[in-house]
Amino acid sequence: MEAADLVFCGVGGQGVLLASEVVAEVALGAGLDVKKSEVHGMAQRGGSVFSHVRFGRVVYSPVIPLGKANFLVAFEELEALRYAPYASLRARILVNTLKVNPITVLSGQGKYPQDPLGMLRERFFHVEAVDALALAEGAGSPKVLNSVMLGLLSRYLSFPLELWMEVLAKRVPFKARDINVKAFGLGRATFS
Amino acid sequence: MRMLLSGDEAIAKGAWEGGVTVASAYPGTPSTEILEYLACLPGVYGEWAPNEKVALEMGIGASMVGARVLVAMKHVGFNVAADPFMTLSYTGVRGGLVVVSADDPALYSSQNEQDNRHYALMAKVPMLEPSDSQECRDLAVEAFLISEAFDTPVLLRITTRIAHGKGAVDLGERREVPSKGISLDPEKWVMLPVYAQERHPLVEERLGRLLEFSENFSPNRIELGDTSLGFITSGVAYQYVKEAFPDASTFKLTMTHPLPRVKVMEFASWVDRLFVVEELDPFLEEQIKALGVSIVGKGAFPVTGELSPELVKRGVDETYRPRFVSFSPIPRRPPTLCPGCPHRGVFVTLRKLKAVVFGDIGCYTLGALPPLSSLHSCICMGAGVGMVHGAQKAGMNERCVAVIGDSTFYHSGIPGLVDIVYNKGVSTVVILDNGTTAMTGKQGHPGTGIALQGEGERVDLEALVKGLGVKRVKTVDPYNLSSMEEVLREEMDSPQPSVVIARRPCTLITRGPVGSYSVDEDLCIGCGICVKVGCIALSLEGRDGDVKARVDPHLCYGCGVCAQVCPKGALKEMEDGGC
Repeated sequence: MEAADLVFCGVGGQGVLLASEVVAEVALGAGLDVKKSEVHGMAQRGGSVFSHVRFGRVVYSPVIPLGKANFLVAFEELEALRYAPYASLRARILVNTLKVNPITVLSGQGKYPQDPLGMLRERFFHVEAVDALALAEGAGSPKVLNSVMLGLLSRYLSFPLELWMEVLAKRVPFKARDINVKAFGLGRATFS
Repeated sequence: MRMLLSGDEAIAKGAWEGGVTVASAYPGTPSTEILEYLACLPGVYGEWAPNEKVALEMGIGASMVGARVLVAMKHVGFNVAADPFMTLSYTGVRGGLVVVSADDPALYSSQNEQDNRHYALMAKVPMLEPSDSQECRDLAVEAFLISEAFDTPVLLRITTRIAHGKGAVDLGERREVPSKGISLDPEKWVMLPVYAQERHPLVEERLGRLLEFSENFSPNRIELGDTSLGFITSGVAYQYVKEAFPDASTFKLTMTHPLPRVKVMEFASWVDRLFVVEELDPFLEEQIKALGVSIVGKGAFPVTGELSPELVKRGVDETYRPRFVSFSPIPRRPPTLCPGCPHRGVFVTLRKLKAVVFGDIGCYTLGALPPLSSLHSCICMGAGVGMVHGAQKAGMNERCVAVIGDSTFYHSGIPGLVDIVYNKGVSTVVILDNGTTAMTGKQGHPGTGIALQGEGERVDLEALVKGLGVKRVKTVDPYNLSSMEEVLREEMDSPQPSVVIARRPCTLITRGPVGSYSVDEDLCIGCGICVKVGCIALSLEGRDGDVKARVDPHLCYGCGVCAQVCPKGALKEMEDGGC
C-alpha cells in the first residue's frame, strides 16, 4: 500500500467520524503520512457527516480533490450520492443499504431518490452494497455499524489485521471492545 | 513521540510544551477542543469563561503576574474580546500571551465568515498561521517566545480545516517556565491617556522590530521550483497550492503579519507569473500590491467560502474542469433539533401563538428552519434580548419574545435584560435552560456548576434574573405544551418585563429515552400535523388517501410533543417504555 484517499459519509450519530479516525490511526501506525479532514459542530444534529482520510508518503491537501478518492465508504444511501463527486470512476464504493429520510424529505421539501444504488451502479464500476446494520445487530448492537464498515473496507487495504485490532481496541470504549471486534470480523468476512 | 492530532489538539500540546500554565476560553466551533485538550494536561489551570472578553481579561491578569497564558476563541468570539485585545497591544505582556482565533470560512457553524487577520493589522501585533497540525504544535511553542521577546500578545490564527483536520505530529517535552512574578509598572499597565500616549510610539517601534524578525523567520519559507509559475500563500491554502502545483515555486508565509516585504519582493523578482492564494479577504494581496508587486489574487480566486485544490487550478487555468460524477437533485440533510430536544416544545408553542421570535446563537437557532419556522432573527450571541426590547420600543404590537440559551444568557444576555428593566421595557425573555452548552459539545457553564476541570460554583439563574430586577419569573417544563402555552401567552401579554425559564436537560446529557410512542393506525387520519414538529423520528408513510404517521422506535425519545399536537389522540405512549 503506497497511498489512498478515502471518503467516509453518513448521518450524524452513525459513528462515521470514529471509523475514519481508526483508518487514519492504522495508516499512521503503518508509518505513513496521514491527513484527515472533517467538520464538527452543527453537523452532528442529525445532519450529513463526512470525513476525508488521505495517506501516503507525503500528503498535502487535507481535502481530497473531486473525482480522486479511491474509496467511498457510505453509511447511508443518500449520503453515498451526496459525496459521490469525490470518488474516482474506479473507486470502491461501499454502501450500507440503509435509507434515512432527512428532515427536508419528512417535511415535504424534497424527495428521497428511489434507487440510489442503481444510480451509483450506472456511473461507477465497483459498487458494493451490504446490509451492514443487520451484521452489526448480529454482532450485538446497531451501534457497532462503524466497525462492520471498517471490516468491509479492511479487505481492500493491505494493513495487517493485528494493526487494525490494536487501533480498534484503543479507540472504542473498553466495554464494547468485544462486540466491535466481532462486528469488524463479520464485515471483513463478507464477500459480495 | 508521533501522534495523530487535530490542529486544536496540536495547539494545546504545543502550548503545553511551551510552558503555558493558565488557559481560558468560551466554547465556540471550531476552537472548542483546544481548551478541552489543554485542560487534561498536567500543570495547567484551564477554565471556561462566561464569554471571550472575560476569558481574555482573565488571561491578561495571569500574564501581568508572569504566567504564560493561552486564550482561545472562534472568530466571532474575537469581536467580543476585541476591546481588551486592542489595548493589550499597548500594554504588552509579562508572561507570554497567545490568543488563538479560529476562523470559519464557508460558515460550517457560524453566522458570518469574517477574516480575523485584519485584527493583527489593526492591533499591530504579530500573527502566525499554521498550515497543518505539525505547524500548530510548532508555532504554539514559538508564539510564547515571540510574545515575551517582543512584549506583545501573539495572534495564532487558524481556520476550520486546520482546527478540525488531523495530521501526524512529532511532539516534544514540556519546558517548565517559572513565573516571572508581578512587577507593578503603571506606565505600562494603566492606560490612562497620559500613559497610553507614551505606549503608542512603542507599539510602532515594536512593529518595526517584528518586521525585521519576520524577514528572517525561517518558517516563512521559499520553496523554489519551476520559476515560470509562483505562488505566495499561507495556512491551509498552502496545502491546496502544493496539491495542485507541486512543481511550482512557492513562498509559504507563516508569519503573515508583519509581512516580510523584502523577501516578498525578492521572490516576486524570481518568478514569471505570480499568484497570491489566500482564503477570504485579499489580506496579503493588498499589502503585496502596495509594495508595487504585480500579482494576481482575488481576480482569480473567490473571496467567499473555502478554497480547494480545484479552485487553485481553476484560478491559474480558467479552462480547467475537474472530472467527477454528481447526482441531482439530492435533498439536503441540514442539522435538526434532536428527537426529545427540549427546545422543540417551546418553538411549537411560539409557532401556535404566532409570536415574533428574536433569537441568537445555539442549537435553538435551528428553530428557524422548516417545518418549525418559528425563529425570526439571529445576529450574534445575546442579540435577541436587545432586539426584542428595541422592536417593542419602536412600537411593534405583535406578540413577541426573545429566546436565548442558558449558556448564552450568561455569555451576553445579562446586559440586554438589564436594559429592559432599566428602561421600563415590557419584553419577555425565554431562557432555554437545557443545563449545558449543547451546540459545541456539552460544555459546562456558570448555571451548571460544572467547570472545565471539575466542580465549580453554580450561579443560580432564577436568583440572577430576579436580582436584575425582573419581577415576573416563571419556570416551565417545555415537554408540557399546555402549561408552556399558558405561561407564554400570559407573559407576552403582560405589560411588565418577564423571564420564562423553559427547563429540561439536553438529551445529550441525560441517560437516554424517557419513553416511546407509536401510532394507533385506526385513529390516525394522516393529517401530518405531528410531522410539523420537525422530529426525524416521525414520518408520513403510504400514499393516496391512505397516509399514516409512523414513529421510528430507534429514534423516538418519548418526549410526547407530537402526541400533544395530534388532533385525534393517535400517538400513544408505549407501555414498555420504549426500546
